[in-house]
Amino acid sequence: MTIWDNITFAFPEIFIAIALMILLLVGVFTSGKYGREIGWASIGVLAVALYPVLFGTAAQTADLFNGAFATDGFAKFSKVVIYTGAAVSILLSGHFMEREKINRFEYPILILLSTLGMSLMVSSTDLISLYMGIELQSLSLYILAAFNRDSLRSTEAGLKYFVLGALSSCLLLYGASLIYGFTGATTFDAIAAAGLTANTTGLILGLVFLISGLAFKVSAAPFHMWTPDVYEGSPTPVTAFFAAAPKFAGMALFARVMVEAFPTIIAQWQPILVIISILSMAIGAFSAITQTNIKRLMAYSSIGHMGYALMGVAAGTAQGVSSVLIYMSIYLIMTLGTFACILAMRRPEGMAENISDLAGLSRTQPALALMFTVFFFSLMGIPPLAGFFAKFYVFMAALDAGLFYLAIAGALASAVSAYYYLAVIIKIWVNEPAPEFDRNVGQSVKGIAALATLLMVIGIFTIVPMLTGYAETAAGALFR
Amino acid sequence: MTESASSIPWLSFTTFFPLLGVFLIGFRRWMSREDELAYVDKAAKWVALMATSATFVVSLITYVIYQPDVEGFQLVETAEWIGNGIVYKMGVDGASILFVLLTTFIMPICILASWNSINKRVTDYMIAFLILETMMIGVFCALDLVLFYVFFEGSLIPMCILIGVWGSEGERTFLGNIIKNRVYAAFKFFLYTLLGSLLLLVALVWMYLTAGTTDIVQLLAFDFPPEAQKWLWLAFFASFAVKMPMWPVHTWLPDAHVQAPTAGSVVLAAILLKMGGYGFIRFSLPMFPIASADFAPFIFTLSVIAIVYTSLVAFAQEDMKKLIAYSSVAHMGFVTMGIFSGTEQGVEGALFQMLSHGFISGALFLCVGVVYDRMHTREIAAYGGLVQRMKIYAFFFMFFTMGNVGLPGTSGFIGEILTMIGVFKVSTWTAALAATGVVLSAAYALRLYREVIFGTITHEPLKKIPDLNRIEIGILGTLMLASLWLGLNPTPALDVFSPAVEMILERYDAGLAAATG
Repeated sequence: MTIWDNITFAFPEIFIAIALMILLLVGVFTSGKYGREIGWASIGVLAVALYPVLFGTAAQTADLFNGAFATDGFAKFSKVVIYTGAAVSILLSGHFMEREKINRFEYPILILLSTLGMSLMVSSTDLISLYMGIELQSLSLYILAAFNRDSLRSTEAGLKYFVLGALSSCLLLYGASLIYGFTGATTFDAIAAAGLTANTTGLILGLVFLISGLAFKVSAAPFHMWTPDVYEGSPTPVTAFFAAAPKFAGMALFARVMVEAFPTIIAQWQPILVIISILSMAIGAFSAITQTNIKRLMAYSSIGHMGYALMGVAAGTAQGVSSVLIYMSIYLIMTLGTFACILAMRRPEGMAENISDLAGLSRTQPALALMFTVFFFSLMGIPPLAGFFAKFYVFMAALDAGLFYLAIAGALASAVSAYYYLAVIIKIWVNEPAPEFDRNVGQSVKGIAALATLLMVIGIFTIVPMLTGYAETAAGALFR
Repeated sequence: MTESASSIPWLSFTTFFPLLGVFLIGFRRWMSREDELAYVDKAAKWVALMATSATFVVSLITYVIYQPDVEGFQLVETAEWIGNGIVYKMGVDGASILFVLLTTFIMPICILASWNSINKRVTDYMIAFLILETMMIGVFCALDLVLFYVFFEGSLIPMCILIGVWGSEGERTFLGNIIKNRVYAAFKFFLYTLLGSLLLLVALVWMYLTAGTTDIVQLLAFDFPPEAQKWLWLAFFASFAVKMPMWPVHTWLPDAHVQAPTAGSVVLAAILLKMGGYGFIRFSLPMFPIASADFAPFIFTLSVIAIVYTSLVAFAQEDMKKLIAYSSVAHMGFVTMGIFSGTEQGVEGALFQMLSHGFISGALFLCVGVVYDRMHTREIAAYGGLVQRMKIYAFFFMFFTMGNVGLPGTSGFIGEILTMIGVFKVSTWTAALAATGVVLSAAYALRLYREVIFGTITHEPLKKIPDLNRIEIGILGTLMLASLWLGLNPTPALDVFSPAVEMILERYDAGLAAATG
């Protein structure tokens, strides 16, 4: 492998990096006059980067950059979802940013930057590239959280996220250095090989730190504390972005590290993940019940959903990994759709964020009410909506790996979480109407909400069978 | 297990036909301006009526094509779906075809029953009803376990919204908040059923992993290990017992029935409850024969408690709908008892009882709805002497009360006697105790009838109450004919059931024989 080969395989990442720097320069030299155009250009960049991902030659076995980087089917699947998620997030934010007068040109560029980080994350097969990817992504996210710099809540969210995120990065780095110390390797393959012979006590110690750091990034309990505050404080489109692509990237990375680097000590990490998964589901389900702010509700809901996705990781099998990919893809669509609906909750005086603002929505805005209903039933996992199939596959993975109690805990948590979703739905349909929302929330928000609703409803015959096939191939790449 | 395929997807056509109505209504509503909403509401009623009637016609065609004397699944259609052994597969046999017909038959009646009583948000109401119909037909047609689950659970969404939005008024305190009764009922209905179903989901996934398929026909031929059967049976039980509902998980039913709009109650009693019994017959009995036999005493106990205890509870009710709801629980006790007797009469009787209960309890809820629409109260004490003003009503109400009691000549009798014969073969005591339920049902049903219909009119508003109008006579008359026909001539229905029941019991006996021998 010459360096030139390496570069062709890493074309999407290199292209995004160069393009975003050009866009940044353009933005600076035109004193930010072309914010909207840069937003569209960023979407264009993602679309162009998607092309080699979709149609380029896959290098399943090639060890690129000395084994630090892979463009296998797994990375390919993840990148498609992540780029799409990021592009949709940019689309969602335009109108909001203009209304709130924070439509600065740096916003899409920061999203591109974190997308670059995520892209590296899902491709990384080495502890160093893993850490670089995570940090690139996280640092952009910290800034995004504080993007509304004149708002106290937003800056507080950014600061909180940064301090806690830095701590988790420390944990992660410490774990990585321990693993390196005990195995003498940083690439996943080498760690896996060393795991057979090395002193496993030290390896496990490092692994525990690594898992803690990763759990923080995907907001799994007990490292979930930052989530509600950051979700609530960040500008809503940023929250939508947080809930979608970075979660997917984090979970994909989580799955890859576990099954590629530590397949030999699965007996040791499986219980840890089972506990994290059960805790996340329980905390997500019970804590959401008392929430009054819709963004906080979504934060707890996302903690719960990470618990379900971790069921698939805990299984540690090809089926488990493919179920994680299916789960996170469907979750990404659901969550982006839900946030598109939340973005439509705007009154002349500002954004409405309380659940009580949704009261009687079915009478004032039936279409929006219907979309909310579809998303919440889907998040709940009720068939025939697509959210059900997400749960179906992780249950399958858990049972296949013999984790009966995990599956049953998942079922019980589902029933509990149904309560708070249902409470919102009932508010929408039964209560006396609250004042109407603004109809003018931007065409793209409406379009994305409608499209996501449609995907949830007809998903049973369209995206679910499609995702199943692709995810299976993608997961197979990790078990060659 | 034999199956015969169909080149024309009749069952899918029946199942998804109501969705056509949904699209029409939804599209019209979407295109309409504020000032024509009244017109759209009216149009929605007509579209819903036509869609449900057309579905009934389609299902009748299906029934004509169906050959009742042939064993196995018919009109089977298979299509690629999710892959890996999970397919889209529909088909009917003797145990399900009549329930498809029952569903499509009851639905136009429900639409008619809501014609004048539903005045707010008519379009939404009709859409919810049509979606519900699709889900219910799908439950009885699905031949893939995942597909079955999709329909089974999917029916929760429209039903929950029907209860929550169009239910009756009234408030209560719950967890320190004042909430509407109907909201409480919707929650209870949803969460109870969901919790049971999620355990079913776990069992379903396990079965898929073990047998490698979710095709019901193949699963029926698969022998699950005895130890696993116990757990699987319990998981299925958790779901179907709640749906049925069996004592002690029946408490959602009175709430749901009381709060639901009349048509919602009718659907709930006539069709949704039958899904539980259908599930027991389709899955629990033939797939887990050893566990079914082991747990039979347990079921008998619960059934007897349901029959005796809920009959007594029904006797003490002050609310008409609640009384009928409790009587439903008692009647479902006969069904569960019959199913797990594992005898031909028992299972056939259970199927028959479910069919007949569909007509009779549906009609009883309609009867309550009739006076509720006029007086806006369901309290028994608020009525009395209705016979003075409503002669035709008194006649119909008498007939359905007798049907509920199980008077010979009505369909209620056949179901009860068959299940009791079936159970008598297996457990004399159970049958004897269950027989007291017949007496008790007469006690509460006649009390209801006496207090509502007989006597002189003492309440002032009742003196102007009008008798049944033509729509109501038509609806109740049809149901009466159905019940009478089934009661006087049960053979055709039983002939439809028997090939399927024989097949199910063959599996059941074979499973038991393998375990002991």
